[in-house]
Amino acid sequence: MKILSKLFLIFIFVFSNVGFTNEHLTLDKAPVDLSDQASLQRGAKTFINYCLNCHSANYMRYNRLKDIGLSDNLIKDNLLFTAEKVGEPMKIAMNKKDAKVWFGAVPPDLSVEVRARGSDWIYSYLRGYYRDPSRPTGWNNTVFDKTAMPHILWKLQGDQKLNEEHHTLELVKPGTLSAKEYDAFVGDLVNYLTFMSEPSKVKRLHMGYYVLLFLGLLLVLTVKLKKEFWKDIK
Amino acid sequence: MANHQDEKIDKKKRSFLIAATTVTGAIGAGAIAVPFLSSMTPSERAKAAGAPVEVDLSKIEAGSMITTEWRGQPVWIVNRSKAMLDDLKKNDPNLSDPNLDVISQQPSYCKNATRSLKPNLLVLVGICTHLGCSPTAKLQTQGDMGENWSGGFFCPCHGSRFDLAGRVYKGSPAPINLVVPPHKYINDSTLLIGEDNKG
Amino acid sequence: MKTEIKTKKTKGGLMAWVDERFPLSSLITNHLTEYYAPKNFNFWYYFGALALLTLVLQMITGLLLTMHYKPDAELAFASVEFIMRDVSFGWLIRYMHSTGASLFFVVIYLHMFKSLIYGSYKNPRELLWLFGVAIFLCLMGEAFFGYLLPWGQMSYWGAQVIVNLFSTIPFIGPDLSEWLRGDYLVSDATLNRFFAFHVIALPIALLGLVFFHLVALHEVGSNNPDGVDIKKNLDKKTSIPLDGIPFHPYYTVKDLIGVSVFLIVFVLIVFYLPEMGGYFLEANNFIPADPLKTPAHIAPVWYFTPYYSILRAVPPIFNSQFPGVAAMGLSVLVFAFIPWLDRSKVRSIRYKGDLFKRWIALFVVSFFVLGYLGTEPSNVWGQFSNAIPLIGGIDKATVVARIFTVTYFLFFALMPYYSRKSKTLPVPSRVTYK
Repeated sequence: MKILSKLFLIFIFVFSNVGFTNEHLTLDKAPVDLSDQASLQRGAKTFINYCLNCHSANYMRYNRLKDIGLSDNLIKDNLLFTAEKVGEPMKIAMNKKDAKVWFGAVPPDLSVEVRARGSDWIYSYLRGYYRDPSRPTGWNNTVFDKTAMPHILWKLQGDQKLNEEHHTLELVKPGTLSAKEYDAFVGDLVNYLTFMSEPSKVKRLHMGYYVLLFLGLLLVLTVKLKKEFWKDIK
Repeated sequence: MANHQDEKIDKKKRSFLIAATTVTGAIGAGAIAVPFLSSMTPSERAKAAGAPVEVDLSKIEAGSMITTEWRGQPVWIVNRSKAMLDDLKKNDPNLSDPNLDVISQQPSYCKNATRSLKPNLLVLVGICTHLGCSPTAKLQTQGDMGENWSGGFFCPCHGSRFDLAGRVYKGSPAPINLVVPPHKYINDSTLLIGEDNKG
Repeated sequence: MKTEIKTKKTKGGLMAWVDERFPLSSLITNHLTEYYAPKNFNFWYYFGALALLTLVLQMITGLLLTMHYKPDAELAFASVEFIMRDVSFGWLIRYMHSTGASLFFVVIYLHMFKSLIYGSYKNPRELLWLFGVAIFLCLMGEAFFGYLLPWGQMSYWGAQVIVNLFSTIPFIGPDLSEWLRGDYLVSDATLNRFFAFHVIALPIALLGLVFFHLVALHEVGSNNPDGVDIKKNLDKKTSIPLDGIPFHPYYTVKDLIGVSVFLIVFVLIVFYLPEMGGYFLEANNFIPADPLKTPAHIAPVWYFTPYYSILRAVPPIFNSQFPGVAAMGLSVLVFAFIPWLDRSKVRSIRYKGDLFKRWIALFVVSFFVLGYLGTEPSNVWGQFSNAIPLIGGIDKATVVARIFTVTYFLFFALMPYYSRKSKTLPVPSRVTYK
């Protein structure tokens, strides 16, 4: 029976290490660091300036940015583009019907996109665009083939070309950022999107430590208590 | 084979362990109750909806008022004329609480003769303190309120009457003065309802 | 002997006042302090109490969630994110509920396994076992209805698939599915009624069945790892079973350890790994339900995967999927028959002989393999080459699933035979500590 219990535990560990089902895609690791508030703030700025025109974040309130160190006044003065008050969520003006007609697909709400796709996917996606004249937007993407989204950041990254033979991307025309700078730029954005997907994550990781300490104490006491009472039993 | 001495030690240890475990368990139960009970407090959505409201005062003419909304309640902003302010003291003998003894009905900075921060501008929650109807504004003197009426508010539900400082008249079903909400002036033409300088 | 009306509120007085009106003292005596349980309970005996704890946890967190959740197709997904972000500690309550649901099944499977190996279903505990099977069925229903509520892609399509299973039932199928859905497709109507089932109907049913389960247990007393009937050896003077110990304080105190360990596991998951690699909270469920877009890969939540595997393994017969559906249903219902399938003279696996042990091992392996296969698409291992006769061109995973479906059912079908044939060991008259 001990063997079965051990087997069971092994199964649990195996399953807990299985990640998202990636369909034969190699993704680059996104440099997510939720403790880096400077990075998160830069990412927030990028998101609001570049993405919030088409992609809503309906479940994210502007004033939640206080979790990454931004005061209400800072938010109101620099970031409050689509709402009147900081307590409001990041909605957009574009309506879904129009979006479907203009883009072919409605740009999805990004509030929990990282939880649906994974930060690595989005990081790789935003760096995986290449010129493709056969597409209506003129762009295609190695991570999401025939994507309907144009390459919003192309001025920063420059033009990439797909080398069909090796299935790699080559930079043919540089943008305003070097490759390394662009990676950092996207990294900040993905870092922010990861935060936005679950704003309470840092808090829960922190809290868990104390709860475990307490339960450890409780366990010690309950074991001692049991042993004491069970002295009665022969 | 436990002898009497052993049993005694056992009892003390047992009592201690029972007490220690019970206390720890109780602390745990209390600790988990905190987030559970906290989840019932107003959510971020409720707080955002109940956030302070800014009002532009530039269009309110002397002798008139506007109605706005804060936390789902009507709020009146009355720009009282000099004549209206001068007459306020005359109402005192006919009022239930002319000196604002019931301090819960206004912030401390409005416990004065005009019940306001700026003398002319009265801010009131437009809900009758009797049973919650919204009184009708009867700012002008006399008229259909009779020749003794010096201006104020009349509640159509059960007949409560209030003066131009929101104070309740004797004989009204309403027991206390209308509520003055917390407020402050961001500048001379902008009022913020729901927030004040008192922390 | 004059009867006094007690007016003074001393401690003894209060208890006496209650006892005159409600059998509190006798309940405590009969079911706690003088209810005798075998003294050789081992690791496997923690899970009954833990199941009860999990039920309470789910009900409390569920109640708190219901204060904020909106069972409307337009609002449901958003209301869950509202709970995660805007409700104070809403994220904690949500994760406790989702983790609790999965841990409920871990605990219940371990609890069922205990009964399986120690013969806790055998006479006179058949009804106890049947109440347990009923609880298991209600729990599956509760989990199924609950899973639609977040209204994500997996919620929606999982419900769509399962409700469509009912439409394969001959004659009444399509009408039955429409009646279950309340609509021609899974929609707001379905969501609202699943909410009603999940929040009211099944919790009440579960509470009732758990109560009956405990009543049946206390009527006959608990089994133990040796399968020895402790009531056969009573103390000559007190009539207390020699191998029995009062449930309180000995097992209340022991169960507290179980609770502490369980809570540590629970907290580790809730605070550090709530998604459990996509098995407790699936990635696809963070995309709002879209009736027009089927996800590439629909899988039920992990605790349903063994039965789902069986469903997929059975090919269509006479152009009907119904045999697969029937097989899946049978794979759960067959548990009810175990008390009558097991013909061994002996209760516990410790004395049942190697043949029986091997069948149990085979069943466990089948359960796990089928479970794993259910999480993956059928083509996860590719196909056998066309050259091979019989299985050429068929998905490898499907073939494996079919083999283990057969072994799964053989465990039950052949039990009357191997339970009798297996060479038993002599059962001791008193319990042992192994």
